[in-house]
Amino acid sequence: MAESFARLLIVDDNKVNRLLLTRNVELLGYDASVAENGRIAMNLLNDEAFDLLLLDIEMPEMDGFQVLEAIKLIPSLRDIPVIVTSSVEGIHNIVRCIELGADDYLPKPVNQVLLRARLISSLEKKRLRDEQKMLLRRFATNEVAQDLQESGFALGGKRVNVTVLFCDIRGFTSLSESQSPEETIELLNDYYSLMFEAIESHSGIVTMMIGDGLMALFGAPQPLEDSAGSAVTAAQEMLSLIDQFNTDRISMKKPAIKIGIGIASGEVVAGYAGTQDRATYTCIGDKVNLAARLEAHTKIANCSILIDEATRDALADQIKAKAIGHVPLKGISEPVAVFSVPRV
Amino acid sequence: MNNGSIDQSVFNELQEATGSDFIKELVETFLEEVPRIFAELRNAISTGDEDQFRRGAHSIKSNAQTFGLVLLAEQARKMEMAGLGADMDASNAQISALDDEFQRTATALKGMLNG
Repeated sequence: MAESFARLLIVDDNKVNRLLLTRNVELLGYDASVAENGRIAMNLLNDEAFDLLLLDIEMPEMDGFQVLEAIKLIPSLRDIPVIVTSSVEGIHNIVRCIELGADDYLPKPVNQVLLRARLISSLEKKRLRDEQKMLLRRFATNEVAQDLQESGFALGGKRVNVTVLFCDIRGFTSLSESQSPEETIELLNDYYSLMFEAIESHSGIVTMMIGDGLMALFGAPQPLEDSAGSAVTAAQEMLSLIDQFNTDRISMKKPAIKIGIGIASGEVVAGYAGTQDRATYTCIGDKVNLAARLEAHTKIANCSILIDEATRDALADQIKAKAIGHVPLKGISEPVAVFSVPRV
Repeated sequence: MNNGSIDQSVFNELQEATGSDFIKELVETFLEEVPRIFAELRNAISTGDEDQFRRGAHSIKSNAQTFGLVLLAEQARKMEMAGLGADMDASNAQISALDDEFQRTATALKGMLNG
């Protein structure tokens, strides 16, 4: 009878109500667990996943209002639909439930037909929200998705201290000319999977992919304690992943690929840029330009990873960077102190 | 058995929606639980615990409404709304009156289940 399988949590201090509500939802084909007060409900919610909460108001220890307040503060529980079922007196109490985030209010004794309609509607809304979250996570990183869910969407940026990383495949154009487009796509997919793995495992986010080039941010939208160290370690990991990837390619008689990485640290403006309909999380500033130029310079310097002075200064002692002198870079007026980071 | 304190249609609807075996279990649970709630109400009066008093009255009201026990629900609702007064004797008298009504409806409910 239920439109889809769902797990409900019934929170009520009254045993008759718990039995009856359980019977009601089970007759509708849903699965139900019960909690005798808000405190027990919060413990269950922290341990198990539920699709919907049927919440009483008057309860000892922790009442329904307190449960509504508590779940709003926990990101993983914030989106769970709550239907308040109560015979509480006074319309102001119902208003308070809605203000605290309850999806709906059903007076007790609960009418089975109304209950069914409200459950289907709330669960469908939750399904759509979950789907949206999944989509968001596919096209944005977890960090950006989380930032959007927490702060909402607004165009515009704020000043933050970050480390910017650029990476691309050397000689990609000639490589793609020597093979079929299908092979190129396959190569790009493998390459991106490996780079994402290295960047994300060090809390970076990939903000741009153009052809074989990518840009990653460390330290935004969520601040990082050691953005320079994270970026450089990620870069070293990127190189060793490419080494392993090349071993496979060579065994399949395919040419090895080489990547170059440029890294710069400092203040940038990060935020959502674009239009109200289509925007991307990105950052803008001298340091972005510098990181891109350093990446381009890896070909000339014949190094795999080049970093700027600010990144070098922020690195812990165990990472040894070698000074390669002051280098004139396109678009930057003064020659820049450049450092090379060895592979691991 | 019906002395006007039970709304038969509410009870019948509940029975139809949930099944006669289930309603038997539900009524039995109600009859077991209510004496415990009365104990809480009396405790609330002696300790002056307003929250416990309101919750107890609320609980009886809620269940009484479920079964269509009109008089019991109304009496409990008045107590919930008024809250615990300063006059302990008056509060105890309210509880006794509520208990009397509960005993009457309990007999009626049992009769309906067996009938």
